[in-house]
Amino acid sequence: MTNYVIETKSLTKTYEGIVPVYAVRGADVTIEDNEFTAIIGPSGSGKTTLLNMIGGLDRPTSGSVKVNGHELTGKTDSELIDFRLKHIGFVFQSYNLIPVLTAKENTEFIMLLQKIPKAQRDARVEQLLGEVGLADKMDKRPTELSGGQQQRVAVARALASKPDFVLADEPTANLDSASASNLLDIMARLNKEEGITFIFSTHDQRVIDRARRVITLEDGVVVRDERR
Amino acid sequence: MLLRLAYRNIWRNKRRTAITLMSVFFAVILSTLMMSMKEGMYARMMDSMIGAYSGFVQVQSAEYLPDRSLDDALMMSDGIDSSIMSTRHVTGWVPRIESFALAASDETTKGAMVVGIDPVAEKDHTDMAARVSDGAYLEPDDKAVLLGSGLAKKLGLAVGDTIVLIGMGYQGSTATGKYPVKGLVKFGSPELSKQLVILPLKEAQWFFGAEGMCTNIVVLMDNSDRSTKIVSDLSGSLPTGLVAHDWEVLMPDLKHMIETDRKEGYVFMFILYMVISFGIFGTMLMMLAERMHEFGVLVAVGMKRWRLAAVFWLEVVMLALLGSILGMIGALPVVSWFYYFPITFGEGEEFTKMFEEYGMEPVMQSTVDIGVFATQALVVAAITSVIALYPMMRLLRMKAIVAMRS
Ligand SMILES: Nc1ncnc2c1ncn2[C@@H]1O[C@H](COP(=O)(O)OP(=O)(O)OP(=O)(O)O)[C@@H](O)[C@H]1O
Ligand SMILES: [Mg+2]
Repeated sequence: MTNYVIETKSLTKTYEGIVPVYAVRGADVTIEDNEFTAIIGPSGSGKTTLLNMIGGLDRPTSGSVKVNGHELTGKTDSELIDFRLKHIGFVFQSYNLIPVLTAKENTEFIMLLQKIPKAQRDARVEQLLGEVGLADKMDKRPTELSGGQQQRVAVARALASKPDFVLADEPTANLDSASASNLLDIMARLNKEEGITFIFSTHDQRVIDRARRVITLEDGVVVRDERR
Repeated sequence: MLLRLAYRNIWRNKRRTAITLMSVFFAVILSTLMMSMKEGMYARMMDSMIGAYSGFVQVQSAEYLPDRSLDDALMMSDGIDSSIMSTRHVTGWVPRIESFALAASDETTKGAMVVGIDPVAEKDHTDMAARVSDGAYLEPDDKAVLLGSGLAKKLGLAVGDTIVLIGMGYQGSTATGKYPVKGLVKFGSPELSKQLVILPLKEAQWFFGAEGMCTNIVVLMDNSDRSTKIVSDLSGSLPTGLVAHDWEVLMPDLKHMIETDRKEGYVFMFILYMVISFGIFGTMLMMLAERMHEFGVLVAVGMKRWRLAAVFWLEVVMLALLGSILGMIGALPVVSWFYYFPITFGEGEEFTKMFEEYGMEPVMQSTVDIGVFATQALVVAAITSVIALYPMMRLLRMKAIVAMRS
């Protein structure tokens, strides 16, 4: 039996309203260690909703989500916060960083919440920012960084806690193509060299081309799942 | 890190922070000045009425209050001296015999308070002798009076003139006497100045027909804060039939007035700070709304909501405390100014009349009291902590994805 990093069963999210929106309908998705997977689909197909449920940010209407064997659906809000801190790295579309903290401090923040000792933090921040190519920008605040640089800091921050996997919802949506491809290079290298599992959603064909597995959603249903 | 985060967030919007700081700053100055002026006024009042004359503690016969009748005078005895002098913090005592009488000059007649004092004891323990502004102080065997300068003016008398006193003596006897004015005494309190006729104790006892008697004994102490303790100690040791009272019992009107006035001050302070808190509240809501997205990200990546709320609380309280500390620093020179250069209202001014109606000197002087300053900081800290509860509640209940959408 395979040990899945992520395993969803009949995962469903329905937004109640005058007309209920079936954002995700019975998704069965399994992700293994060391994957580099893109979730694609037209706008409104449920990519964000699915990622949020996998990441313990949103609760499914029904079905289950397991992360490394831990069932998320039964956890309280504050247990989920703790779980996210320990197991999941996040990169959002934009405005990921705390504006009053430097690149170094933003990256360090997660480790601080995990109460990792200072010496260890410093070493790891240096290593991570080096890996994303920002060793010389450690003391810059987000406003002093380009969009691409900010996203790279966000990747460094996501990795700081040594998560089980990194979720990135349209990480390149606000980047020009050079920055986007640079970010993808970094993510791909981290995946290959350090075995970090990435799951990201995207619209961008060039990003899709870099994925090793592509899951396609339409109207909240997984319609295709190709590995290459 | 949390502290650093809070601190940097404060300076994120410099203009707004500056405006908030300024409003707290001026509120603290205003309120500190007001409270310092009020406390200064009370201190002067206490000083001029209690310190200068009645004393913080008196020993009387148990029946003397509330009528203050000469018939309820006490007979002096050795037991009194030993019981008073064996009380801790007591530095001495002076006997007094007081009663109302009519004082007449050639021109006019006025009501007056005739008081017999022991000139030697008073010289040792009170500043009575130093208050003589014209003429000379009394000798124990003098058959002469000192007049309050206000009364002298009302009667048209000067040093060397003669005053006639007519009143009721002990147990209904008639008390009359005719005395030369030996000196004038100045009192800060207009009430005292316009009423007192001072005789040597022996002569006063003779005048009232109350040989060897006193109406009250003023107990002097090293520190007026001890008065309550002294009263309770004395009540155990005084000969039967005698009681000790502190100034709050002796001068209920003064106590009441100070308390009422102080309450008014608190009400004003409360209103002032309410206005300020609305300002801080507004700032706080803006800080919250502006950063909802950021807070969402923080909780998404694993920051506990209570820690976030703590950072926010720190920010608000740091902001308010900074404002109030600046305010206190700003208030110090202002308050000190009015301590060293009190406002004195001149003769005949509207304010002078108002002050005198309350039996007060027409002088406004502030105190420079750590307590008054500290109160401001405490009040500001308390208010802001309380108003910060609302956004904290919101932070404690927030959902990361909802917050991130904003
Ligand atoms: N909070 C919400 N309340 C109601 N409906 C919602 C909510 N969030 C999402 N939806 C709906 O659920 C569906 C899926 O939305 P979702 O954001 O997951 O799509 P997506 O694939 O991420 O789209 P995009 O590519 O535009 O980001 C959409 O129809 C959307 O309108
Ligand atoms: Mg989306």
